[in-house]
Amino acid sequence: MKITKYASPVIFYGFSGKLIPWLGALTALLLGVGLYLGLFVAPADYQQGESYRIMFIHVPSAWMSMFIYVVMAVAGAIGLVWKTKLSEILASACAPVGASFTLIALVTGALWGKPMWGAYWVWDARLTSELILLFLYIGFMALEASIDDPRRAARAAAVLALVGVVNIPIIHFSVEWWNTLHQPASVTKVGAPSIHPSMLAPLLLMAIGFKVYFVTIVLMRMRSTILLREKHTRWVNELLETKS
Amino acid sequence: MNWAEFFAMGGYGFYVWGTYAFATVVLVLNVIAPLRRRKAVMKMLRELSQITRGQVE
Repeated sequence: MKITKYASPVIFYGFSGKLIPWLGALTALLLGVGLYLGLFVAPADYQQGESYRIMFIHVPSAWMSMFIYVVMAVAGAIGLVWKTKLSEILASACAPVGASFTLIALVTGALWGKPMWGAYWVWDARLTSELILLFLYIGFMALEASIDDPRRAARAAAVLALVGVVNIPIIHFSVEWWNTLHQPASVTKVGAPSIHPSMLAPLLLMAIGFKVYFVTIVLMRMRSTILLREKHTRWVNELLETKS
Repeated sequence: MNWAEFFAMGGYGFYVWGTYAFATVVLVLNVIAPLRRRKAVMKMLRELSQITRGQVE
């Protein structure tokens, strides 16, 4: 069996359909344990008290916002170069999920900023570049929706996604390049993470849970798009007749 | 553990629960949207295939 087999829409459709319930259950398990450890087991922070529990949502969401953008841009690039239909559909399915995680990172950051910094929002390099990321996602979806032909829409949106990739290292290094109010990384810094295992465990569980959640939602989105794009094929017509 | 204390979150209750509530709403909407879209797509394609079949007959 070759991996390229899964690049065929009909095989991908069947395979992803079997995968989704398992991924959904895994998401629930990871997020359930992560929430339990984060809200009930992890101790209060010695500086920030209970407010630091916002981190278990905020930090994994911010990671997802950048991770999904890179997946979207790479899928878009593959679609541009090799004209593979599935990578176009993948890029398109990423955008709303990525925009959602960006919005969560921004809103939860504001809810954390108010008690810790005294302001919901400051025009700081980290916050501003993350807001630009939200606009890039929205721009991607708007551009895609404005072009009728799905393949032309995918190509135009992929070019926009690729241009916007420059924002990702800016977000990541913003806390080092500029004097910002936002604190630097605790987990991904060189050497050992400066975070206690009792707080690191729920953080990583939430992060992995969000990753599996993302895969689940993207597969669900892709399956509908595949049906629409393949509506003139025999397998879709057979599927419509057999499935109620 | 005391539940009132748990919900108070050391005085940060609004910010902490606001965070968890907002994230939950957005993530649940992201599950509902593709489910509804799938239903709509299936319905539309079924209607479409009935129309084309009608034209053939």
